[in-house]
Amino acid sequence: MDINSNKYTYIFAVVMVVLVAALLSIAATSLKPFQDKNVELEKKSDILRSIGVEGANLDSLFAQYITEQLVIQNGMSVESEVSAFDIDMASAVSVAAEERQVPLYKAVVEENTYYVLPLRGKGLWGPIWGYVALEGDGNTILGATFGHKTETPGLGAEIATPIFQDQFPGKKLFSSAYEGIKVLKGEASGDQEVDGISGGTITSVGVQDMISDCLKPYKAYLLNIAANSAVPTVDTMGLSADTTLITAAL
Amino acid sequence: MSTEKPAKEALFSKKNRSLLTDPLNVNNPITVQVLGICSALAITVKLKPAIVMGLSVLVVTIMANLITSLMRNMIPNRIRIIVQLVVVAALVILVDQVLKAFVYDVSKQLSVFVGLIITNCIIMGRIEAFSLGNTPWKSVLDGFGNGAAYGGILIIVAFFRELLGNGTLMDYPVVEWMGLYDLGYKNNGMMLLPPMALIVVALIIWVQRAKTPSLIEKD
Repeated sequence: MDINSNKYTYIFAVVMVVLVAALLSIAATSLKPFQDKNVELEKKSDILRSIGVEGANLDSLFAQYITEQLVIQNGMSVESEVSAFDIDMASAVSVAAEERQVPLYKAVVEENTYYVLPLRGKGLWGPIWGYVALEGDGNTILGATFGHKTETPGLGAEIATPIFQDQFPGKKLFSSAYEGIKVLKGEASGDQEVDGISGGTITSVGVQDMISDCLKPYKAYLLNIAANSAVPTVDTMGLSADTTLITAAL
Repeated sequence: MSTEKPAKEALFSKKNRSLLTDPLNVNNPITVQVLGICSALAITVKLKPAIVMGLSVLVVTIMANLITSLMRNMIPNRIRIIVQLVVVAALVILVDQVLKAFVYDVSKQLSVFVGLIITNCIIMGRIEAFSLGNTPWKSVLDGFGNGAAYGGILIIVAFFRELLGNGTLMDYPVVEWMGLYDLGYKNNGMMLLPPMALIVVALIIWVQRAKTPSLIEKD
C-alpha cells in the first residue's frame, strides 16, 4: 500500500486523531476524582492557613476547627441547595451583590471564634482569590491569604507571599469612611491601609477591589456581629456607634 | 555477548550503549546542542520541581521515541511533523493529568512548563532525527539517554540554585543545619533569578569542555 497516497494520509490522520482523543478522554475521566480531591484539599488548606492552622491531615483538621459553614445572602444566613463549601466563587461574584450566595466559615480555635470569608476578583492577567479571617468582632483581620493564576512573577504574583499578606493582621474592614482595605502606593499607615506591590499596581488595585466587592454580601451580617460583640470602652465606642448607624441605614 | 548470533545485534552492544551514554556527555542536549534552555531557566529554582520536570521529560522522550519508531513505516511523509506533534502533545497532556492527580503541589509550581514540554526542541528533535529511522529498541535507548541528560543537567543546576539561593535542598534546611548562618553566612538571593541558571549552565559547559577536549573547537 502506498503510504503517501492522499487516501491513506486522510485515513491515517482521522484514525490517529480519534484514537488519541479517546485515549485522552479516558485518562482525564479516570483521573478526575484524584484531581478534584487535590483541589478540595487545597481549598481546605487555604481556609485553615488564614486562621493560622497548618498541618498534614487537612481533612481532620478542617473538621476539627471549622465548626459551621453558612451560606450568606444580603447579610443574612440563608438555606441553599448547594452546600457552602461547594459554592463556586468564580460564578458567585459574577452576579449582583444583592443576589449573591456566598459561603462563610465559622472557626473555633482555642475557644476563640473566627470568621473566614472567601474572596475572588480580577488581577492583571487573570483571576486572583484569597481568604480573609476575621476575629470574633467581625471587623479585625486575623489573617489573609491570597492566590493568583497568572500574575507576573516578582510583581503581581507577590500578593501570594508573606511579605504582602503579613500586613493584614490587625487591620479593620469597616469604618464609617470606608469598607474594605485600601492597597496604597507608598505610605500605608491607617487601620484600613496596606502597602501595595511596587510594579504590581493593577494587581494591587485588583486586591483592593476584590475585598470591597466580596465584602458586600457579608456587610450586614458582620456589622451585626460587631455590634453584639462591641464592649463599650473608649476605643470601640466610636466603632459601635458607627456600626449602629450603618446597620440602621440598611 | 559472543554467544549472540552475528546477524542479531545484542541489546546492549557497543553501538547501543553509545546511544545511551553519548547524550550524557559529548552530545548533551543542553550543554552541547543548547536545546531546551528555556525550561532549564524556569524550573530550576528548587530541586523537587526540577526532578519532577526531568522525570516528565524522560517519560515523554522515551514514549514519544518508542511510539513514533513503532509507527515509522506507517506515517505518511507529508504529515509526519503533525503526527509527531500529536504524539508528543498527547503524551504531555497525559503527564500533566497524572501530575495534577498525584503530585498536585509540584504540578502547580511547574504550571505552564509541563504543557510547554511539547515545545521542548529535544523531544521533536530526537523524533525527527532518530526514531523515524531507527528500530524501537534503539529509539528507546536514545530517548532515555537524551531525557536523562536533560534531567541530569536540570538537577545539577537546581541543586546549586536551591542550595546557594535558598539554603535548602528538597526544602530541607541544609545550611541552617550546618550552622553556617551563625557564622555570618547569607543566602545569595540572586541565585533564584533566571539569569543565574544560564550562568550555572555556562559553568557546567566550561567544566565539561575542560574535561572533554574533543568538544573544543579548533580555532
